[in-house]
Amino acid sequence: MAATTAAAQPALTLGISLRGVEKRFGAFAALRDVSLEILPGEFVALLGPNGAGKTTLLRIAALLSNPTRGGVSFTNGPATISGRVRAQAIFHRPKHVIGLVAHNTLLYDDLTAAENLTFFAKLYALENFPTRVGVALEDCGLATRAGSLVRTFSRGMRQRLAIARALLHAPSLLLLDEPAAGLDRQGLLWFGDRLARLKQAGCTVLMSTHARNESLDLATRAIALAGGRVERDSGSGGDPAPLLAALRSEA
Amino acid sequence: MTTVRAAGTILAKELRLEFRTRELLTATVIFALVVVVLFSFAFDPTPAESRRYGPGLLWIAFLFAGSLMLNPSFSREQSNETLDALRMAPVASFAILLGKILANFIFMSLAEILLVPIFAVLYNVSLAGIVGRLIFVLVLGTLGLTVTGTVFSAISAHARMRELLLPLLLLPILTPLLIAAVESTAALFAEQPTLDRTWVAFLAGFDIVFLTASWLLCDYLMED
Repeated sequence: MAATTAAAQPALTLGISLRGVEKRFGAFAALRDVSLEILPGEFVALLGPNGAGKTTLLRIAALLSNPTRGGVSFTNGPATISGRVRAQAIFHRPKHVIGLVAHNTLLYDDLTAAENLTFFAKLYALENFPTRVGVALEDCGLATRAGSLVRTFSRGMRQRLAIARALLHAPSLLLLDEPAAGLDRQGLLWFGDRLARLKQAGCTVLMSTHARNESLDLATRAIALAGGRVERDSGSGGDPAPLLAALRSEA
Repeated sequence: MTTVRAAGTILAKELRLEFRTRELLTATVIFALVVVVLFSFAFDPTPAESRRYGPGLLWIAFLFAGSLMLNPSFSREQSNETLDALRMAPVASFAILLGKILANFIFMSLAEILLVPIFAVLYNVSLAGIVGRLIFVLVLGTLGLTVTGTVFSAISAHARMRELLLPLLLLPILTPLLIAAVESTAALFAEQPTLDRTWVAFLAGFDIVFLTASWLLCDYLMED
């Protein structure tokens, strides 16, 4: 359990600053002039209908995609650097503290659960990685299937492993894109508990989800996107409950 | 994590995946074998013709098989978007490319180890006394093929018609390598085998230029 506690404590907290971000795919603008300051330690719920730009925003924050215009930077990290991937390739230290749960699992189907986690633990140069992998598998309830190929897993099991992979290096900035997809009741409870522990540890969370997700109770801020723009924002230090209630009733 | 260590981790993953599924290696070996056997049946070459045309047939078989094998190198990272996970890891972009280049080099070399003796039997070419020099030429030629092929596999991975695009991009670029590899191999298959230093130097130069270019351009190659 000591390893679990250690893994739950981020080394440092990281905030994100988006300034006038625009992302175009040909003529289509997925994001238009998005400016946001996400403070270190905030738990932000990112809501909006399909095509609102949530995934695009998360990919830009994860440094997987370059904005067409505007910039992304990180605050309170090892260095405040340009968020452009090209710059990131040179100063890749913040990658150590960013975790992503994406639409896809980011897992290799022909590797076992343990092999997948071990591979990423090695890439992140984690110390004592066999123990950490064991603890992560135990934590997500897949210890008994550690030696099974991921391709034999159900959707929910894959999603649990995808979450375990994203948390393996104890990120202090966690980007979640519809993370509850495919999780059963037990999985949702585990995930909610995991998020609560991360919030308590001071991890910054940016979670794209739908308005009925139970984990929204943890949110300290709610942002609604529509048509690639920030439509409503409860703001840092504000109460996200009225906005979440309004979005729930709209949904 | 150092680039070499990260590349080693990615290489180990590639080898584990390939030896578990045996998708690439089996297809590559069978394809190259079919090409070599068909040419043998179609031309029924005499020993003199084998010395003249054999190197070209051998390298064309490697080139076609290579373009078949190199295509999935990056495209199979797309099924679960695992390339995003690699790009998010705190490793240099070149480590990802280098790990894949080394894996493809090993797969291609294994295919050649199986194919060259079969080629020697079918085309009545004696390898006695030239094995060491032939391996040297094969290593240089294969390195050029895998470096260039892996880079173009990364470029074409996001394209819609990537299976068609890779050979269309790769084969013209590899023409100088093909000429140098064929000439070097032909000099070894001659009645008086020699290592043609000019063509071997050309092969080495090709490898250095493309390896350096892949190192310089890897950040752009790995971008979305």
